[in-house]
Amino acid sequence: MRNALTIAGKELSSYFVQPVAYVVLTVFVLLAGWFFFALIKQFSEMVQVYSAMSNAQALEHLNLNTRVIDPLLHNMSVVMVILVPAITMRAFAEEKRTGTYEFLLTAPVRTGEIVAGKFIAAAVFILIMVALIWIFPIILMVFGDPEVGVMAAGYVALALLGICFVAIGLFTSSLTQNQIIAAISCLGVLLLLYVISWPLQTGGGTLGDLLRYLSLPVHFGQMVDGVIDTSDIVYFCTMIFVALFLTQRSVESVRWR
Amino acid sequence: MIEVKNLTKRYGDFVAVRDVSFKAEQGSILGFLGPNGAGKTTTMRIITGFMPASEGTVLVDGLDIFSQSLEARRRIGYLPETPPLYSDMRVEAYLRFVARLRGLHRSALDEAVERALKICGLADMAHRICGQLSKGYRQRVGLAQAIIHNPPVLVLDEPTIGLDPRQIHEIRGLIHGLAGQHTIVLSTHILPEVSQICDRVVIINAGRVVLEEKLGSLPAGKSLEDVFLDAIAKEEGHEIADSEETLEEVGAGHA
Repeated sequence: MRNALTIAGKELSSYFVQPVAYVVLTVFVLLAGWFFFALIKQFSEMVQVYSAMSNAQALEHLNLNTRVIDPLLHNMSVVMVILVPAITMRAFAEEKRTGTYEFLLTAPVRTGEIVAGKFIAAAVFILIMVALIWIFPIILMVFGDPEVGVMAAGYVALALLGICFVAIGLFTSSLTQNQIIAAISCLGVLLLLYVISWPLQTGGGTLGDLLRYLSLPVHFGQMVDGVIDTSDIVYFCTMIFVALFLTQRSVESVRWR
Repeated sequence: MIEVKNLTKRYGDFVAVRDVSFKAEQGSILGFLGPNGAGKTTTMRIITGFMPASEGTVLVDGLDIFSQSLEARRRIGYLPETPPLYSDMRVEAYLRFVARLRGLHRSALDEAVERALKICGLADMAHRICGQLSKGYRQRVGLAQAIIHNPPVLVLDEPTIGLDPRQIHEIRGLIHGLAGQHTIVLSTHILPEVSQICDRVVIINAGRVVLEEKLGSLPAGKSLEDVFLDAIAKEEGHEIADSEETLEEVGAGHA
């Protein structure tokens, strides 16, 4: 465990020495800001239109959570699909390229500790990303009356989603020396999980149920709506566990070939 | 201290290392000599646990590198062909990181890092970023990370490659000074290195050991270079003779 934390500490400082982390954070926060601005603008226009029409019923249905925070979180989850591969692509691929992989594997450190260390660093980075855009709910709380619990659930979901993405990204990075291949395969897997239920949106029997169960937006959407169902948490945790397990096997396999 | 028995490594059909056996006694320096592509780096990688052997065993301090990997690795300090530096870390931070991974306790870190810096002549470079160091200094930092936990066994893969004559002299002095307390296996294709600092020499060519000798027992009057070239030629002679036999058999078969 100590070794995992040592590696995590080094990885995290290394993130912030390189420009990649800053570019990713800036892009993430800028996009979130733009989406937030657009959503708030639309919301306030609708409020004005319904007020002008004196439509009390419609006004009541206008909800800051569903109209602003929900779409914001869904949009940011797609942005994460694109940014996470950029964060995780160098995790193992870079080590293989520079020769430090040989050092890590000949040190008295278990491969599980290496994987855990890199995962912890990437997960902390995701938490920083998500924490940075909490500014928008705060703005809403100052000027309006949104449901804080629901927003918090949505942000927890986004963090969990991001952590799931980095686990998959670590796996693809462990398969190759080439960072571009690592990034693109990660992107491919994440997009696939996004669209996996498209052929069978409704019905389709058992296969349809299976595809919908595997679908990322389905689980994410449920949590963003404010319902923290154990089935969704189990989904994310299973994904994370499977990805990390495969990563550990992939790294360990050098010792078997 | 290090026992290599019948080591064989195959990559598909290609046999990189064939039935290699040798021993390094405690406190001695063993020179692992051979032309490029002979299988030196592959053997080093197997000894340190980076890759498995196809056949054979490696014992480090009595521990099997494959089945008791973690324990065996604790006893080894390894300098690979390319010094494993993280180019964005400062030298001191890098050595602290390595020391912690090698199992040193927080309280022992400062002392160990200072000691390694001193032995390798890096005191002035402690705050430099690894990526900005010249080749000579990188090699020294690589050596520092190998000795930082004071391991009983040191495995050095071509430690003086690419260095200028003065740096080579310094590194050799460092290595020589480490003998006695450490068992050292160093691989090289630079002959003077072996004759100057090693006690034993193992000559390898095309994956096979062609000579294993105490340096003192080599024929007097013959330079190491002659011994080396003879051994390689003899090995190649065997190969040619082998393939001539096969040709005869084939010829007989067709006749």
